[in-house]
This record gives sequence, C-alpha cells and structure tokens, in this order.
Amino acid sequence: MRRARWAYGPFWLTYLFLYTPIVVLVAMSFNAADTPYSWGGFSTSWYGELSGDEAIREGLVNTLVVAAGSTALATVLGTLLAVGLARYPRLRVLAVLATLPAILPDLILAIGLLAFYSAVRATLGLHSVLLAHTVFGMAFVATVVRTRLSHSDTSLEEASRDLGAGPVTTFVRITLPTLAPGIVAGALLAFTLSIDEFVIAFFTAGPKDPTLPIVIYSMVRFGVTPEINALATVLLAVSFTVVILAQRLTRLTDSLR
Amino acid sequence: MTAVPKDARTRAAGRARRPRAEPLVLLGPGLLYLLAFLLVPLALVLSYTIFKRGRFGGIVHEATGDNFTRAADPLYLDVLLTSVKLATMTTLLALAIGYPTAYVIARLPARWKTPALVAVVLPFWTNFLIRTYAWIVLLNSEGLVNSALTDLGVIDRPLGLLYTDGAIVTGLLYAYLPLMILPLYSAIERLDPQLAEASANLGAGPARTFLSVTLPLTLPGVLTGCVFVFVPSLGNFVIPELLGGGRTIMVGNLVRDQFLKARDWPFGSVLALSIVAVLIALLTVQAWAARRFSGEGDHA
Repeated sequence: MRRARWAYGPFWLTYLFLYTPIVVLVAMSFNAADTPYSWGGFSTSWYGELSGDEAIREGLVNTLVVAAGSTALATVLGTLLAVGLARYPRLRVLAVLATLPAILPDLILAIGLLAFYSAVRATLGLHSVLLAHTVFGMAFVATVVRTRLSHSDTSLEEASRDLGAGPVTTFVRITLPTLAPGIVAGALLAFTLSIDEFVIAFFTAGPKDPTLPIVIYSMVRFGVTPEINALATVLLAVSFTVVILAQRLTRLTDSLR
Repeated sequence: MTAVPKDARTRAAGRARRPRAEPLVLLGPGLLYLLAFLLVPLALVLSYTIFKRGRFGGIVHEATGDNFTRAADPLYLDVLLTSVKLATMTTLLALAIGYPTAYVIARLPARWKTPALVAVVLPFWTNFLIRTYAWIVLLNSEGLVNSALTDLGVIDRPLGLLYTDGAIVTGLLYAYLPLMILPLYSAIERLDPQLAEASANLGAGPARTFLSVTLPLTLPGVLTGCVFVFVPSLGNFVIPELLGGGRTIMVGNLVRDQFLKARDWPFGSVLALSIVAVLIALLTVQAWAARRFSGEGDHA
C-alpha cells in the first residue's frame, strides 16, 4: 500500500487547529497580566481568584447535583428500556423513539421542555433541568447498553430460568452483571454530557440556580477575563484525566474479557 | 418481591416462558418518561405554530396562519438561508480537513491509532463554551493570530477577524470537527487496502483510484459525518452570538429570542419547525444516497 503523502498536511493541520486554542488558554491562565494579549510574568493568582468565586462554586454544585440525579434516573430507565427493546425486537418504532432525544437538536428539545413545563405550570429550578437532562441521558444509556446486549448471549439467562430462578432473580443475578460494563459506560457518558450541557439548561433552569455552563456563558458574554482561563485549565485537566482513565479502564476490561 | 406468584407460574410451566407483565415492567417506565418529556413537548411546540400569542407572552388557543406568513418574510428567510450557508461551509471544511486526517489515522501502525483518535476527541470533552471562548482570545485584534501575522510581516495592521462570518465558521468547525473524523475513520478503517492496490496495478492513477474506489466505498461514513456536523451547526445560537458579535444572526438566535426575550412562542415554534424541516430534508437525502451507494459497495 503506497503512502498517502497528500493526506499528511491536513492531518497535522487538524492537530494544530485542535490544540492551539487549548495551549493558549492554559498558558494565559498563568499570566500575571490581566489581559490575555501580553505576557506579564508567571503567576497563579487567577487560580486564587477562581477558588474564591462564589458564583462559580454555586454553579459547580448545581451542575453536580443535576448530573448525579439525572444520571441515576437515566441509568435505571435506559437499562430497563434497552433490555426490553432487545427482548421485543418487533417494537422497532419504540427503538427509534428511544434514540430520538440523542439525535434531536438540543434547541428543539429545549423549547419543547420549556413549553411543557409552562403548560403544566411547573416552577423552574434545578429539578426541571434534572428531569430534562434525564431525557437525553436515557437515550445514550439505552443505546450503549443495547450495543452491549447485541454481543451478549442469552443462554445464561435461559439456563437460570430452567434451573428455577424467577424473572427478577435472573435479571438481578445474570442480566445486570453481564451488562455491567455497558451500563457503567452509558452512565459515564450521561454524566459527562449533563455536566457540559448548556442549551437545555439555559431554557429550563430557574433564574436562581444557574448550572456551571450558564455561569460560564454569562462570564464569557461579559468579556474576556483571565479568571476564565484558570477555570478552563482546571476543567481541561479534569476531563483529560477522566478520559485517559476511562481509556485505561476499558483497555483493562478488554484484556480481562 | 411482588413477583413471587409469577415465579411460581414460570416454574410450573417448566420451560423458559416469560411472565406476561415483563414488557410492561421493562418498557413501561422508559416509554412513559419519553411520552411525557419528549412526545408531549414536541407536540406542544408543533401545536403552537397555529395559535396566536397572548398579550403577555402566553398562548391564545385561536387558530391562525399568521405565524407562517410572517416567517415567509424575506427578512426571516434570509436568516434561514444564511444559517444553511454557514452550516454547509462548516460541513464542507470539516470534510476537507477531516477526510485526510481520518485516512492517515486509519493507516497508522496499530499502536498509534488509539492515541491519535483519543487526541482528536479530547478537546471535544471539554466545555463547549470555553472552547468557543478560546477563539475570542485568538481572533481578537490583539490576539495570537493577528500578532503572529504582524510579526511575520504578512500584515501591517490587525485584521478584523472576530465578529465575522469566518469567525462563526471557525468556531463551528472547532466545536464539531471530531464528529466528522470519527465516522470517517470507522468507514476508512474497514476499507480493504488491497482494493486500492488492485486499482493501481490495473493502471489507475491515485486520483482515479480515490474517486472511483476509495470515495464511493467510504461514502456512508462521509454522509454520517456530514449530518453529525451539519445538524448541531444549523441550530446553534451560542457561537454566532459570541464569535459573530450579533452582526450575523442564525436561525437559532431567532428561536432563542422569540422564546426568551420577545416571548412570542407561536412564532418561535414556526422558526424551530423550519430547522426541523431542513434536517428532515437532509436526512431523507442521506438515507437515499446511503441506499443507492451501499448497493454498489456490497462486493467490498
């Protein structure tokens, strides 16, 4: 196979394009000057400022509450749905319906949920964001678990039933453990997506409980402040660590399989 | 557990027969949730398109076609057209840079593939707003791009890069490029390199081989990648606002404003429907093309 020389230019360009902004943000977070456009020496003062920022801390707590709650709900609902859809494959319309929230543009889901909350006269707050995030979280959990199900064989479940175990016992002791890696992966995905989600939260959050992305949005709209660079660096470090850990973890489970 | 009598029945039946309540228990909760939080909300938005707005932002349940006539105004059609144009430009650029990238990654030695892919996805796992913010810093008149160009002597005074259509496309491309590369990678990775070799041995030049062997066989991946980039680009309102500075508005900005500022929900719903209409048209074309070309690609 001959080398595709033509492709190497765009290949390196992609990585340059993807990482230049990130490198600049991280470098500027250690910049003593208060504009991102000139270097005023090394400093960690923006991190100090960041840790004292009440709005950001509050947003972070709100985001974690929403992400934890919606992930828990989405994992239970999505797993049951995935197992159900796998056992009743003739219900294809339902399978499409279950993946719809993952495909639908976030703006459309956002206005729909706002209209819905207003129609049932629900107050907006953290609970309304939590329930909204559950919709797409469930779709992602169901999709990931179904992929896992399509690779697993059902003979263990049949054996369990033949040996006299009831459907609940079989589900808890056979089905769930077999699906565990898929469920964990789906839950992680739902959690990460919820933490980063802005549009739906923007439409369904109460004015008193902004999530972290909403806080970041108002900071960014207000103008360029070096504190955002520090926040960006912290968030980058967290997601890089999580992604690399997840990578190691899947490689570990792959090798154990 | 309440399921005890059912257990007894299953056991009595001897074989692996499933209790009648099973589909209800497994599918019921999820489907009820989807009904309440997906289907009812979408139906509400759809129904709003034919109602009048209330004086204080509510809905008056009185049928009217005014919302549609208003949306047909050249002013709004122009915004929709601009949005389609910017989303299309983003998609084509993503394809132009994403295809060769995916191609190189797919042909890397096995131990380099995963790190290369992870490096493509990593920026995607960081906050979307911060990724957009980074471009405000870079494209600003005092930002890195301008100072680099000045230092290199390419320009003698800063270009107005920020708050342009180019800035919007750059931001959209940065936000969604990984969504193009991943499906392309999986399509190219599956491709048998011997096919290209055979084509070369039979005398086809690299361009001909690419156009008549590689490209048609990876077309499903191309189509998926294009949809993955186009869909979130079209309805985006954050990037046009932050990087377009409000000079160019996209249809997502209009929808946001109608729902949260002007509080004209019926009109906002019609505008949202126009986004959905464009997407349905796109998905129809994608399904048609995928069907047409997968028939030819079967022997691969």
